[in-house]
Amino acid sequence: MSTTTVAHHEEHAEHPTGIMRWLTTTNHKDIGTMYLTFALIMFFVGGAMILGIRAELFKPGLQLMNPEFFNQLIGVHALIMIFAALMPAATGFANWMIPLQIGAPDMALPRLNNWGFWLLPPSAILLTLPFTLALFGIGDGALATGWTFYPPLSIQGGIGVDFAIFAVHLLGISSVLGSINIIVTVFNMRAPGMTLMKMPMFVWGWLITAFLLIATIPVLAGAVTMLLTDRHFGTHFFDAAGGGDPIMFQHLFWFFGHPEVYILLLPVWGFIPQILETFSRKPMYGYKAQVYSFWAVGALSVVVWAHHFFTSGMPVPALLYFMYSTMAISLPLAVMFFCWIKTMWKGSMSFETPMLFTVGWIILFGIGGLTGLVLADVAADAQYHNSYFIVAHFHYTLFAGGIMGIMAGTYYWLPKMTGHMYNEKLGKLHFWLTAISFNLTFIPQFFLGLAGMPRRIPDYALQFAEFNMISTIAAFTLGLSQLIFVYNIVTCARGGKKATDQVWEGAQGLEWTLPSPPPYHSFTEQPTVK
Amino acid sequence: MATHSNNQYYVPHGSIYPAIIAAGLLSLASGFIFSVATDKSQELAYLQTPGKWMMILGATLILGMTFKWMGAVIAESITGQYTSWEDKSFRIGMIVFICSEVAFFAAFFGALFYMRILSVPDLAGYDLDITPYKDFLGTWPSSGPGGMTVSGEFKPGLLHPMAAWGLPAINTALLLSSGATLTWAHWGLIRNNRKQLVIGMALTVALGIAFLICQAAEYHEAYTEMGLTLESGAYGASFFMLTGFHGFHVMLGTIMLIVILIRCMKGHFTPEHHFGFEGVAWYWHFVDVVWLGLFVFVYWL
Repeated sequence: MSTTTVAHHEEHAEHPTGIMRWLTTTNHKDIGTMYLTFALIMFFVGGAMILGIRAELFKPGLQLMNPEFFNQLIGVHALIMIFAALMPAATGFANWMIPLQIGAPDMALPRLNNWGFWLLPPSAILLTLPFTLALFGIGDGALATGWTFYPPLSIQGGIGVDFAIFAVHLLGISSVLGSINIIVTVFNMRAPGMTLMKMPMFVWGWLITAFLLIATIPVLAGAVTMLLTDRHFGTHFFDAAGGGDPIMFQHLFWFFGHPEVYILLLPVWGFIPQILETFSRKPMYGYKAQVYSFWAVGALSVVVWAHHFFTSGMPVPALLYFMYSTMAISLPLAVMFFCWIKTMWKGSMSFETPMLFTVGWIILFGIGGLTGLVLADVAADAQYHNSYFIVAHFHYTLFAGGIMGIMAGTYYWLPKMTGHMYNEKLGKLHFWLTAISFNLTFIPQFFLGLAGMPRRIPDYALQFAEFNMISTIAAFTLGLSQLIFVYNIVTCARGGKKATDQVWEGAQGLEWTLPSPPPYHSFTEQPTVK
Repeated sequence: MATHSNNQYYVPHGSIYPAIIAAGLLSLASGFIFSVATDKSQELAYLQTPGKWMMILGATLILGMTFKWMGAVIAESITGQYTSWEDKSFRIGMIVFICSEVAFFAAFFGALFYMRILSVPDLAGYDLDITPYKDFLGTWPSSGPGGMTVSGEFKPGLLHPMAAWGLPAINTALLLSSGATLTWAHWGLIRNNRKQLVIGMALTVALGIAFLICQAAEYHEAYTEMGLTLESGAYGASFFMLTGFHGFHVMLGTIMLIVILIRCMKGHFTPEHHFGFEGVAWYWHFVDVVWLGLFVFVYWL
């Protein structure tokens, strides 16, 4: 590195301190840290809401809250967990890791990156403000429609629906900005020699995610805009009296909503093979097959949306089409599962916390995927639809498949990001408590759903009492064990055993060639990849 | 990409504008919600005035900070901070942004096709013994089986669609020729012919403004003479939302063209280095193409 570069580097490393550093930053690591911190805080906000729900469902009858408030908690829990916890966590890792993994000096559009983050706190305020306003007698609380905003309920609802609509708008702008930034970074900032087919899987996962966001988030924005004009300006998009159709909203919403599932999962599918190859100490199996599977899942995800509302009414050919195309998604997923298992096959494996989470993830996400295959069957879905079966299914895909994957990634990269090793014993304890209590929370819900317990209802028949009690106790255990996670992250950020540059014995890739923690500006001189 | 290894990518210093714009959006959104809260509950009428002030505050913050932010970008551009490497980032970014805009319009076109092909004919197709809409014909354009209200009076099924070959055809000609003048201006820029550039840009801006005036006239006619409003069922909703969002984009595009025109007159662009010009030109052509879709599917067919 020449002397001029060093001088340049140090001049740039100067930055304001205190709150101004974080408000004004254009540094990808600062912004990544803000995303991750925000996601962790909102994970607990959303978690507290659902513990309120579980407490109400502890036994039959209404004990703690009225049904309206129950519905509000459910809707806001989902919106927060999806848009304010899981997506920002994935974006945080994208900001931290994509420039390190492709050997870039920073993200391509740093100021846009800053804007993308600072749109999130206002959206979180919009989502939760109606609860506070209701305490002062203004309005009747947050949206009580569930996160899906189905009309006509959402057209009749109070100001909570408007707040949620605008929260979705701001979150949408944030996601589109983040996606633009990631696509530009991947196409324009790679180090010499880093061809597309040499990119780490995580970068590939995020590239497809960004494409999906660009294609679908604006459709959601359009759909909620129509909802807004139906509510306040007299349009009839979702009103049959004017020639519109409430079911049209379901089509528009799920055209976004189904790809959203893969938007949440694709970044995690990027973590998994990288962690597997590190702790199996052998190169990943089927890199190309996995990349092509990402493309296949991405392409299929935008043409299968109507399987979310088979029971709303559709012509039979449409039902058959959406059933078969949904089932077709399991083909590329099966390829990925095979590659993940084959990567571990005959490897010299060790089970540090990230690996434990990954192996646990493969099993639990597998259950999520297989129960999804059952739901894709039109005839079977008529029984499962809107029951607790579907609740259990999507928590296997989004809590196990999404959040546990994020946790695996957190333990994997935390030493790189902070420069310290986390507490391995606490990490393992966190894994076992999470995995066991997660299963105890949601396995009973599969049976509750099969027995006919509907979702989003605060009261239930006596026959469901035992399983709900088990589920509630396990849910509180699950929630409390996440405090270990926070404690581990905070102590790791503050100090501890120094991490080496490579951190893990089998770790491969450019991010492990930098010191731990990496300097404020990582690759001022781009490395060459052979 | 090997060519980039010698130069530094420009990472701008910290900026407070994005965070303030985000705060402005929060103020604008919640102000809007407060100011329309009476639609659902009369008790909230006292929120109307604070809501309006919050909207004004939010809009002021957004506009002011956008102005400052773009000013900073222009200053960085003319002091030569951007090389071909940064330029390529802006190009890819602009293309992806336009793709997201396409998806936004696709949602409204999707709604139009859904109502026209599926929901309106379906509503006319039910068994006469059970349907409440016995006289309803599922033809397009339609204000739906519930009829529409014209100046407080209920008129079943009444609807005059906007004719394609009046003002809309003129608007099509205006926008298409503005695309041509913009390209002519671009040729002037590439040949370093400042006069051709400025005349071409000025013509483009004038055509954009003429389009907006024609559309305002069309809306005025629809509301005052034809009784065609946002509340006129499926046709009214899709007509005004599609043309309205398009018109909003034309307005934004015209403002951007005016900024670029001023920058052209100041000589900010060189034949080799003029992403600002091209980005706005791409946006303008995109708006142009959306209009063609509108003309064919909303007005004509």
